[in-house]
Amino acid sequence: MNIIEIEHLSKRFDKLEVLKDISLTIREGEVVSLIGASGSGKSTLLRCVNLLEVYDQGTIRFEGQDIRGNIKGINAYRTHVGMIFQSFNLFNHMSVLENCTIGQTQVLKRPKDEAVKLALSFLTKVGMESFADAPVTKLSGGQKQRVAIARALCMEPRVLLFDEPTSALDPEMVGEVLQVIRSLADEGRTMIIVTHEMDFAKEVSDRVVFMDQGVIVEEGDPALLFTSPTVQRTKDFLSRYLR
Amino acid sequence: MLTKLPSDLFGGALYILQKYGPLFWAGTKTTLLIALTGTIIGLFIGLGVGILRSLPESSMDNKFKTFLIRLVKLVSGIYVEVFRGTPMMVQAMFLFYALRPVFHWTKLVAGMFVVSVNTGAYMAEIVRAGIQSLDKGQNEAARSIGMNNFQTMRHVVLPQAIRNAFPAIGNEFVVNIKDTSVLNVIGVTELYFQTTSVAGITYRVQDTFLVSAIIYLILTYSTTTILKIIERKMNMPVQSGPSSTSTAFLVFGNKREER
Repeated sequence: MNIIEIEHLSKRFDKLEVLKDISLTIREGEVVSLIGASGSGKSTLLRCVNLLEVYDQGTIRFEGQDIRGNIKGINAYRTHVGMIFQSFNLFNHMSVLENCTIGQTQVLKRPKDEAVKLALSFLTKVGMESFADAPVTKLSGGQKQRVAIARALCMEPRVLLFDEPTSALDPEMVGEVLQVIRSLADEGRTMIIVTHEMDFAKEVSDRVVFMDQGVIVEEGDPALLFTSPTVQRTKDFLSRYLR
Repeated sequence: MLTKLPSDLFGGALYILQKYGPLFWAGTKTTLLIALTGTIIGLFIGLGVGILRSLPESSMDNKFKTFLIRLVKLVSGIYVEVFRGTPMMVQAMFLFYALRPVFHWTKLVAGMFVVSVNTGAYMAEIVRAGIQSLDKGQNEAARSIGMNNFQTMRHVVLPQAIRNAFPAIGNEFVVNIKDTSVLNVIGVTELYFQTTSVAGITYRVQDTFLVSAIIYLILTYSTTTILKIIERKMNMPVQSGPSSTSTAFLVFGNKREER
């Protein structure tokens, strides 16, 4: 079943056309990686999916419904698509646990004790349960990103969007975050991952989408796309990453 | 107690303070009352106006909403510019006489009103700067978990913006302690007004105003000191006091890191 259908999406920042007639379908339970050089439009595409960017043309459907069809429903829609940011964006004035409960109690109107219980279960999943009461400003980058993943999971989203989740991390912390994402993929969660970690994309994805200058150049099975890309632009890009 | 006014500056000042202490004390109380209420009410005005001035405009909004937001921004912008761009002394004279037929107010209430609306304009800019200085990722993260405008402001943006802006907010209070002195033009019996009265009785302007200056300095210095202490407390990270969790964090924190 298709969970997200993107059709003929276009977006420009003033004169710069960042997305040109993009069409992409994500099936339920699928892990799709978006790869490409910086400025290729992959992050913008991801941000359009949860409407952090407003697109100019085209439609995005979530479970068959146009996500812009009903303005009032945008906030409700966003709870179904969890976002993990490159720079974590944890709420700096709150503890780890509060970061994970605020959305549940304020947006989903869950009772506090229920929210705490769920938050702790997801913090356990990402290995951060012992830090529940710690202020987030004291955490390392890798720990912050794991908390950010737990915060997204607490909303029980149908789809997870990762916007370069390891790009702001020191190399020694990349592994712990990728490990968490891998375990989520193994659970059969639907995920779209924008990443520069080619080995990880190859290993974890069901499908890889290569973008360049605002268009999807090539997409397909990671084993095929990484080993025998058919388009020259993909070959050029991959040769720089996979030596 | 001395019975005759000494001729030297400090002796004279001491004599004046002893003899006219109650007048100075009354003025000091009025000054503090106006400065405090003016700052607090000004802060609330500033919060409201500052939030309005940083309302986001979205291309997804309908035309009416966009129009309304722009109108509100225009009006609040005019308020801020007018009250920051004219002297409070002029505002005091104008508002006291212009609004007297409407409110039938006393000089003290008028004084509080003037300081409040004047401070409100400055606070609005302080709040707006505090909101805008916040990393936009905070706003995006709140949006991405489904928070609406109000929830984002209330739970994510404002707590951090106010914390960041606290030194500037506290500074407004210190400024107000001094600036209430201009209210003497409408006859509010604050410290400056009382000082001129005492100087009028004693004919010793320097000695009298030395007393006044020292009182102002004590007020502002102690306020600044208290604000610094509060600031230091606020900048301490959440729950950093000695507790079982923070100890566990210190002990296990580094180990986890090494995985």
